[in-house]
Amino acid sequence: MNVTVVLIPALPLIASFITLIFGKRYFKDKAHVLPVLSLFGSFILSLFVLYDVIQGRTYNFDLYSWLVAGSLKVGLGFQVDPLSAMMCAMVTSLSFLIHVYSIGYMHGDPGYYRFFSYISLFTFSMLMLVLGNNLAQLFLGWELVGLCSYLLIGFWYEKRSAANAAIKAFVVNRVGDFGFALGIFMVFYYLGTLYYTEIFEKLPSIKTAYIEILGYEVYVPFLIAFLLFCGAMGKSAQFPLHVWLPDAMEGPTPVSALIHAATMVTAGVFMVSRLSPLYVMSDEAMAMVAFVGAFTCFMAATIAPTQFDIKRVIAYSTLSQLGYMFMACGVGAFSAGMFHLFTHAYFKALLFLGAGSVIHAMHHAPDPNDIRYMGGLKKYMPITYATFLIASLSISGIPGLAGFFSKDEILAMAYFSPYPWGKAIWLIGLIVAGFTAFYTFRIFFKAFHGEFRGRSYLHGKEPHESPKVMTIPLILISIGAIFSGWLGIPESLGGGAHFQKFLEQVVYHHEVEITDHTLEYGLMVLSVVAGLIGISLAYLIYVKNPRLETLFSSNFKKLYKFLYNKWYFDELYHYVFVVPTFFLARTFVNLIVDTFVIDQTVNGSAKATTSFGSLLQRIHNGIINYYLWGIILGLILYFVVYYYLS
Amino acid sequence: MDTQFPILSLILWLPLIGIILLFFINRKNEQAIKIVSLLTILIDFALSIYLLFNFDYSAPGFQFVEKKAWLPFINSTYFLGVDGISILFIPLATLTTLLCILISWHSIKDMVKEFYLALLFTNIAMVGVFLALDLLLFYVFWEAILIPMYLIIGIWGGPRRIYSTIKFFLYTFFGSVFLLIAILYIYNLYGTFDYQYLLGRSFSFEVEKLLFLGFLIAFAIKVPMWPVHTWLPDAHTEAPTAGSVILAGILIKMGGYGMVRFLLPLFPNASEYFAKMILVLSVIAIIYAGLACLWQTDLKRLIAYSSVSHMGFVTLGIFSFNPIGIKGAILQMVNHGIVTGALFMCVGVIYDRTHSRAISYYGGLATAFPLYSALFMIFTLASIGLPGTNGFVGEFLILLGTFLSNKIVVVFAATGVIIGAAYMLYLYKRVFFEKPKEYLFGLEPMKVTELSAIVPMVFLVFLIGLYPKLFLDLMTTSVVQILTYLR
Repeated sequence: MNVTVVLIPALPLIASFITLIFGKRYFKDKAHVLPVLSLFGSFILSLFVLYDVIQGRTYNFDLYSWLVAGSLKVGLGFQVDPLSAMMCAMVTSLSFLIHVYSIGYMHGDPGYYRFFSYISLFTFSMLMLVLGNNLAQLFLGWELVGLCSYLLIGFWYEKRSAANAAIKAFVVNRVGDFGFALGIFMVFYYLGTLYYTEIFEKLPSIKTAYIEILGYEVYVPFLIAFLLFCGAMGKSAQFPLHVWLPDAMEGPTPVSALIHAATMVTAGVFMVSRLSPLYVMSDEAMAMVAFVGAFTCFMAATIAPTQFDIKRVIAYSTLSQLGYMFMACGVGAFSAGMFHLFTHAYFKALLFLGAGSVIHAMHHAPDPNDIRYMGGLKKYMPITYATFLIASLSISGIPGLAGFFSKDEILAMAYFSPYPWGKAIWLIGLIVAGFTAFYTFRIFFKAFHGEFRGRSYLHGKEPHESPKVMTIPLILISIGAIFSGWLGIPESLGGGAHFQKFLEQVVYHHEVEITDHTLEYGLMVLSVVAGLIGISLAYLIYVKNPRLETLFSSNFKKLYKFLYNKWYFDELYHYVFVVPTFFLARTFVNLIVDTFVIDQTVNGSAKATTSFGSLLQRIHNGIINYYLWGIILGLILYFVVYYYLS
Repeated sequence: MDTQFPILSLILWLPLIGIILLFFINRKNEQAIKIVSLLTILIDFALSIYLLFNFDYSAPGFQFVEKKAWLPFINSTYFLGVDGISILFIPLATLTTLLCILISWHSIKDMVKEFYLALLFTNIAMVGVFLALDLLLFYVFWEAILIPMYLIIGIWGGPRRIYSTIKFFLYTFFGSVFLLIAILYIYNLYGTFDYQYLLGRSFSFEVEKLLFLGFLIAFAIKVPMWPVHTWLPDAHTEAPTAGSVILAGILIKMGGYGMVRFLLPLFPNASEYFAKMILVLSVIAIIYAGLACLWQTDLKRLIAYSSVSHMGFVTLGIFSFNPIGIKGAILQMVNHGIVTGALFMCVGVIYDRTHSRAISYYGGLATAFPLYSALFMIFTLASIGLPGTNGFVGEFLILLGTFLSNKIVVVFAATGVIIGAAYMLYLYKRVFFEKPKEYLFGLEPMKVTELSAIVPMVFLVFLIGLYPKLFLDLMTTSVVQILTYLR
């Protein structure tokens, strides 16, 4: 069975290499065949492995020793347990469907083979990340998914904005990884190992450990949790490292769906859940996770309604939903966070792919992503319309769909959480639920209802539905967007919460006994009402009475501008970090120190040497007499010195 | 011991046979000159690989030792040997020369014979530095390498080659003087240059400090550490491709090697006394040179500054006094030789076609020159330490090892990882991304000689990155031994 586990990531890796090397010359427009087949294989194998884990068989083995030096011994290894088996099945299923979708979406692109090679490489990296049995391998996967993200954001590298977005994504992530790496060092320093199982065994030894930093006593588990969380803030695009994700929309839409919605950006949540025993050691760490999540959740939800780029709106929605997941972690409900990660992967991928289908139809418009050119697409693209509606209802938390169950689980767990900040988190979550429904249905109504506004760009033609190769994946993923939530229906609604119980074998959980079922139902109704208000408001503004559209932007100009410009984070970072760094690099490093201080000293000594040399040159004039005199003088000097010294 | 086949001498002096052969070849017969040089170094490289495989990494002390009388009147011996620290550098040195021959195959057009003579001579000196166990012998090789390098930069270099080569020579020669004085002082005390004998001899603390500084100045300039690094960007920029590759691949490694070989075991107390200072200088080098890279407009100069930054990691690891850090540092020297050497070769490839090193001259090469772009990307990633490549293993071990002995320093040093990503990707963007410039289309495809020099480096990047154990295990015994002197 070990071979099966290794094959899951190995298949896409092999496909990626072969496609990259031979794709351009030999496969051409058939470049997708190998990656699609390999992903299908990985998916089937993942199901086998998942079945095994459900039967209670888990795996933990090293493939080979990777980093070995001194007391450090880390292998490239695999740990298959409920958490990783679930992630594996989710990643391979979505990746497979998105591979298929891309056959249609990327058709005719000169970089067709390159796209499939990169996206397979990404799948490999993501699988390494979730399957690893130690922190070093987590870091390996962590950085490799970052690389694939960089390559795919910059896929259309001839566009300047794409090239810049790619660098931004990588460097911002590196800032987070800086903390992540230090966190790994701290773990090794205090626990002497990087393997998860050994870390958990040794955690009690740092229960009372403190470290002094600048005169403050800092609790070691908090510091480790904080440093590792820096990585999560980068990868999962949480405040203050969230700025790269909206720009990442420069990549092809299937990439946005797979990497920047469903899988890679959830790596931070996965990591926090994986290390949940560490996080619960420190209340401060839990509060940090909860509030960073809550702040991002709220901030992104306020920006999304002001944006016109359909993909950017969905990107901010992703930020916001990731915030929900961290909120869940921060109130101790890791399995609820993972549950939302699972359902979100399907409905958010569906939203993105639906948007991709729309963009595909709009490619004649000056900006195919701009919702202001769309409208009335319902008539032309019925399948896209239906699936987009399912995804929108799911994310808005309408009962019966996946998003409802997972979001409600988070809100309930927050409300009944043993942590004092639980109720505050619940309130933020409730408010944002209304926002979410509003901005999702804003793009839904703008794109699919009303009159089609892009006619003048289509040269008399009608927008058309995407080919089957794109719509069939949409239909299949919409099944996930409805039913993935049914795996974790809470007991109060007659379900068995199987999903959560499955994960709680490995992730930490508080025994929260919800006794007051009336209150629980009340909370549910509240969150559904919040969603319905959001939807109705969107309907009122964007369908019933379009004049209201500018109501907010014209009456609250300053606030609108603030939100439209994304709270000015890009500008802030530009002036606080980028500009001073380059200024330092230019003036201080190159001009002042190198040319003036250091080189002047050296050139000065060079000049001294040269003048001394020319002095010697005068002596070396080739006249024997001078040489003789020199020898004699030298001898006399030598004897004088010798005599003097002895 | 005496009956053993003198394989080290063979590896060391084999290029001399090539040199002698070259004297008999007409200078017009360039093809023959190149082939003879190539074959000579190819055999030398094969021998050094043979050495690598026959090295017993579990045995302590030096292996394949050769000891003959050399200058009996001053008690200096011809004393060669390898241990786990030097073993990796022998194949690295011969490989570097081999690649230099390949990469210069078409790009050196003037005074071909002299060029290959200089390369072969460089190979002798490089290998000698890593084999010599007699301080005087070491010094001779240490200095000898300056002569061919001086010529390679000064004759086949760029427009400002004379300034650069004199600066290079003066800088390193200045350092060497202190090394010589320190060696002579040791000789005065113990009457020998024998490294093995001197191991474990003690000096009074004052003397030890002075001797340490004497050695340090020479090594620090070679590495080069901040603030004595300014010769490197000039030398790299003006040197021909082969010169840059040798500088990056071997020459600056000599400094790091010298630190591990001599500073730590011979002067353990002084090493600990000065460790803080060196750690701080290393961190400055990492950050300062990294920042400098952000503002470079010249391809080679940027990579040269990145060398300074990377070597900062190496000195950091060495003075962590921790097996993880030191192993990381030694491996990182090999890594840096491979990656930076490869980057210089890549720059050489494009320079031969466009005769421009200005970053702003390029743009959109990913479209215009795809295979080359892919290769360059791999080395870029290795340079920024992406896991899976060799750069990661070295950096990770260095930072982790140093963290165990000094946390604060690592907090600062690790920012270099962010800066490194920024300047390399910024470089990559400016050269390879965006709309391709018209005149960059139709560049001559990469030649066989170029590919055969660069592609093996790709293999090494991934081999060390994915299976570093192969190389790390070689050093274990020797690194532990070095550390015993420190405690």
